[in-house]
Amino acid sequence: MPPETTAQGPVLRLSGITKRFGQLTANDGISLSLARGEVVALLGENGAGKTTLMNILFGHYTADAGTVEVMGQTLPPGQPGAALNAGVGMVHQHFTLADNLTVLDNVLLGTRPLLSLSPGRGAARRKLAQLAQDFGLAVDPDARIAALSVGERQRVEILKALFRDARILILDEPTAVLTPQEADALFDTLRRMLAQGLSVIFISHKLHEVMAISSRVLVLRHGKLVGETATDATDRHQLATMMVGAEITAPAPAEARPGETLLKLDNVSTARQGNRPGLQDVALDLRAGQILGLAGVSGNGQGALADLLSGLESPTQGTLTLADKRPDAWSPRTAVALGIGRIPEDRHKTGTIADFTLTENTVLENYATTARGGWMNWRAARTATDAIIDKYDVRCPGPDTRIRLLSGGNMQKLILGRVLEAAPRIILANQPVRGLDIGAVTYVQEQLIAARDAGAAVLLISEDLDEILTLSDSIRVISEGRLSPEFPRGTKTPTELGQWMAGQGFDHAA
Amino acid sequence: MTEIADILISASFWAAILRIASPLIFATMGELICERAGVLNLGIEGIMVFGAFAGWMAVYAGLPLWGGVAVAMLGGMAFGALHGLLTVPFGLSQHVVGLGITMLATAAAYYAYRLALPQVTNPPRITPFQPLHIPVLSNLPWLGQALFSQTALTWAGFAAAGATALVLFRTPLGLAVRAAGENPQAVEAQGLSVTAIRMGAVIVGSGLMAVGGAFLTMSAFSSFFFEMVNGRGWICIALVVFGAWKPGKALLGALLFAGFDALQIRLQQTGLGQVVPYQVFLMIPYLLSILALIAMSRRAEVPAALMTPFNRGDR
Repeated sequence: MPPETTAQGPVLRLSGITKRFGQLTANDGISLSLARGEVVALLGENGAGKTTLMNILFGHYTADAGTVEVMGQTLPPGQPGAALNAGVGMVHQHFTLADNLTVLDNVLLGTRPLLSLSPGRGAARRKLAQLAQDFGLAVDPDARIAALSVGERQRVEILKALFRDARILILDEPTAVLTPQEADALFDTLRRMLAQGLSVIFISHKLHEVMAISSRVLVLRHGKLVGETATDATDRHQLATMMVGAEITAPAPAEARPGETLLKLDNVSTARQGNRPGLQDVALDLRAGQILGLAGVSGNGQGALADLLSGLESPTQGTLTLADKRPDAWSPRTAVALGIGRIPEDRHKTGTIADFTLTENTVLENYATTARGGWMNWRAARTATDAIIDKYDVRCPGPDTRIRLLSGGNMQKLILGRVLEAAPRIILANQPVRGLDIGAVTYVQEQLIAARDAGAAVLLISEDLDEILTLSDSIRVISEGRLSPEFPRGTKTPTELGQWMAGQGFDHAA
Repeated sequence: MTEIADILISASFWAAILRIASPLIFATMGELICERAGVLNLGIEGIMVFGAFAGWMAVYAGLPLWGGVAVAMLGGMAFGALHGLLTVPFGLSQHVVGLGITMLATAAAYYAYRLALPQVTNPPRITPFQPLHIPVLSNLPWLGQALFSQTALTWAGFAAAGATALVLFRTPLGLAVRAAGENPQAVEAQGLSVTAIRMGAVIVGSGLMAVGGAFLTMSAFSSFFFEMVNGRGWICIALVVFGAWKPGKALLGALLFAGFDALQIRLQQTGLGQVVPYQVFLMIPYLLSILALIAMSRRAEVPAALMTPFNRGDR
């Protein structure tokens, strides 16, 4: 269907954009247009090509084919400066701010001729204050970026675009890093911008946000534009199906058949680290064939428990028993050797090494055991990686790609494959679906259920109560380093769990 | 201890500090500009050697003194352009390229020296910069001799430090340079060319390094010797860290190092020098510098993108 246009025609028109990275076609002949005062949502799974398309529009990448027109003028390819001057602003998913500079200097960067003698801070300060007021974007102009919260940094990114009088704003997964309250404030800002005639391209894979803010939805899949619809004329289920290309059904695990206890904590405490509470006198049983969900507000000791089970931290008190034995020396190597599979909370920091290839990342945990006579067995490593890429549907140019080039979902699939292919007896899944799109979420969750059915003990740590309730055979709540009793599936309502999460009930339970 | 006190009240000691510090100030500012833009320039040592040779040779060949300074600077900029080309658009290892430039520039200077003066055993002398007489100030008792009997090139060094600070912190260009060294994506996303900014910084910085080298042959001594730069370039790299990438602090660091150096030369001639081997005195500035470096640089903020090449279109 043709997009709505004003009398002047669309403010933005992309025609036939194609971009290849090696073997991978990230964008395949994509065309779209944007009208004044319109929010178009660009929906798609990780790796569908949304960010690549926007990077071409903004001039970070040069397309292999296709043109970008803003207000009827064709933009020269590969020049962010030209896009900025034409009134395009982009809020990158990974913020492009210099941490050692102030808010004001980040906004000013590149806005004045380099050889002029004055940075023009006075006038900029006034304009910034005006914008902050108009759009509800309060930030201290003299604060250094390093001192700002994630939400504040995003406001600076938006201010950077508005300061340059952007008419078209691209927001790349803006809510991925925000709390619900911050996301609401962002939507409020967006509505004010629309009222002033700005146009917005909103990249997301969160369906409820797309439904709430957009007037039109474009769906990308595997680099192709596969659907376009007015937001009024669709619903979340239909969008999800378009995005994934198949009907999505939430995983519904069958009845669990818990077996023997594989890992046992008795009266375990761990040290406090900075602001992070340690565990306090915790008892825990992880049983074969069962998913134990650990609910709780972020920062209540989940990290300490995860580090303990990963082997990164040792108990200061109490005992840890694995398969009826107490390991002598507790270290990450012991944990892996004794069959603990670890899906870490932060796949960038602790899950992978960004500049290593997929193959290298795959063998990070078992390079010593797969080596032959002290030499790396790269052939076996590559074969194993190829197998994981196939089996877990990791979208990538190949096993020799640096893993930083993968989207979050594909990175997580590789980590999942690395863990599951080692056939662990115990799986520590710490926020395994954070930041993933629906397709990847469902996939990861189904794999965890399959591992459970195969007899593994799964500890699922999540801040998402819905996820905990869907997947867990049994639930415990963590609060200030203490654990609640075990609640079997279906015995507690979300409200009741919420009270435990807020710390109620622990006194008489202890 | 009275011997140290005697040294400290002698005007010539303070004059020596300024003289010894001058080449360090030029080269440190040059290195600081490179590093603020995100490029570690290990070519500094060789570029200083080349600057020392080129400036001196140009004057020996008949150019005026300032003409020699200009020739040294242009030579340094040429090596800077090569360094920048290899490290910025080509994104090669900054360590390897820097050391390569040092070897290349040093060898080029020695080779050119032999070509120009094949038969000479003692290098010819030129008439170097003379102390600049400043009305009133130079006539002050003690102070005049201690602080105001320097050549114009020394004052140019201080001016270069001031200009570096002003440009880096008070102009749009300096803002772009500092951002390029912290997060080149931020520069790119604001429509500027990271490549151009980094190339420019390396070229200008290398020019300053070469002038620092030229100071040795054109102001401190009046001739060119092999090995005369003698690790000063490496000292400047440490001074940048010592100064926490801030021009003012780096300037103080250069003066401090020069102070230690001036002190040890004089200590060698005291009674202490009869007892202690002179090599121990030679170590003093380096030992004290290492201690100062440890004390000063622990909380320093390194430019976050230092030594990280930036490739457009990379994810």
